Amino acid sequence: METACALTDAGHWVTVIEKEEKVGGKLNNWSYLFPDFTPVDEIRDALQEKHSEKDFSILNQTEVRSINRQNGKFNIETSGEQKFEADAVVVATGYEIFDARRKEEYGYKIYDHVITSADLEKLLLPDGDLSVAAGQNPKRIAFVHCVGSRDEKSGNHYCSKVCCITGVKQAIELKKRLPDAEIYCFYMDLRMYGKNFEELYREAQEKYDIQFIRGRLSEASEKIDKSLLIKAEDTLSGRPLKMNVDLLVLLVGMEAGKGTTSAAAICSIGCEESGFLKTTDSFLKSNFSEQEGIFLAGSCTAPMSVNDTILHARSAAQEVNNWLKKNI
Amino acid sequence: MKDFGFSVIKQRTIDYDQFDGRLLNEVLEMEPSFKVCLSCGGCTATCSAADLVSFNVRRMNLLLRRGETVELESEIQKCMLCGKCMLVCPRGINLRNVIMLIKKSILKYKPVNS
Repeated sequence: METACALTDAGHWVTVIEKEEKVGGKLNNWSYLFPDFTPVDEIRDALQEKHSEKDFSILNQTEVRSINRQNGKFNIETSGEQKFEADAVVVATGYEIFDARRKEEYGYKIYDHVITSADLEKLLLPDGDLSVAAGQNPKRIAFVHCVGSRDEKSGNHYCSKVCCITGVKQAIELKKRLPDAEIYCFYMDLRMYGKNFEELYREAQEKYDIQFIRGRLSEASEKIDKSLLIKAEDTLSGRPLKMNVDLLVLLVGMEAGKGTTSAAAICSIGCEESGFLKTTDSFLKSNFSEQEGIFLAGSCTAPMSVNDTILHARSAAQEVNNWLKKNI
Repeated sequence: MKDFGFSVIKQRTIDYDQFDGRLLNEVLEMEPSFKVCLSCGGCTATCSAADLVSFNVRRMNLLLRRGETVELESEIQKCMLCGKCMLVCPRGINLRNVIMLIKKSILKYKPVNS
């Protein structure tokens, strides 16, 4: 959407083909954004307002069937039987959330009180119900970092980048809602790569008493009272550790997803080993695909935060504009 | 000589210049998957032996990389080779093979004066 806006501003005629009922992608699923707890509505509304002023068309609930390049033009066919001609194509298919059921040892969808960070995000809204039993809030909560990331068993070797800070953000939000709860984060490494991320981590320790334990969970099991027994090694003291918690939050990573995989096939562009789309290089051509005239924007190329995605989308627009000026 | 109760205290510093990497290199050559350990401790968390005795399979990596051959030799005796650690390992390391390789070669490389 951001790319479409910028390209419209530059005087191009843009059509957005959107698989879902409404645009916005995964932004529609979050409540507050790290690292400053900005309500997502603020960002979404501002973007939507900006977008609604622009003159470009959106085809909702539509998927691309095929793209063929002939005489320098792209012929696009959609699931709605529409046919277009375009000078350039931008792939912005985004990512999918890792399906935590694949880490069976953590018991997602098997045990009652194992949820993902995506589930928790909805519960963090003011009317979200955090109770684990009638009228009973969780007293002890554990977060598991790197679920579906940095994990050969899930088939994902890469780091999803945003889960560390999401964990810190959600831990603070939970503590604000449930001041009496003890909150633990089980991590392998904490990658506070962005602006104000490290500060938020420090705040979590200093102001909110979030406990960080360095060790990867090996398994969780449900007790008869529906609480969960989790096992990890406390690697810094070098001893196995077990703990009973009332709620277990899995910080799920990002995957390229079906949309991106099928976009790669339709556009005949390559994927990295991670499944995300291959860019020509990582520095100067991070919006270029292997095919002339097909550009890439956002988290279809790698795990990205909301702000990184917006920036990448804008740079895609600039690259498309430059390319069109030169080639069309 | 009269014993005054004093002794020379062994330096605790890891003297990396004295590091003998032969055992490590041999293990890594035979089992290259061992290069990529993240030290996450998943292996130790699920270890059948670690619940009962002070055995820490994650530390095998560290002992090997720091040349602590003497401690390593006694530690690996505690492993029962059940292989649960391999089911958990996020980096897919064949830990059972690592233990077997150490067992096989450690006597060759153990310091003589130990």
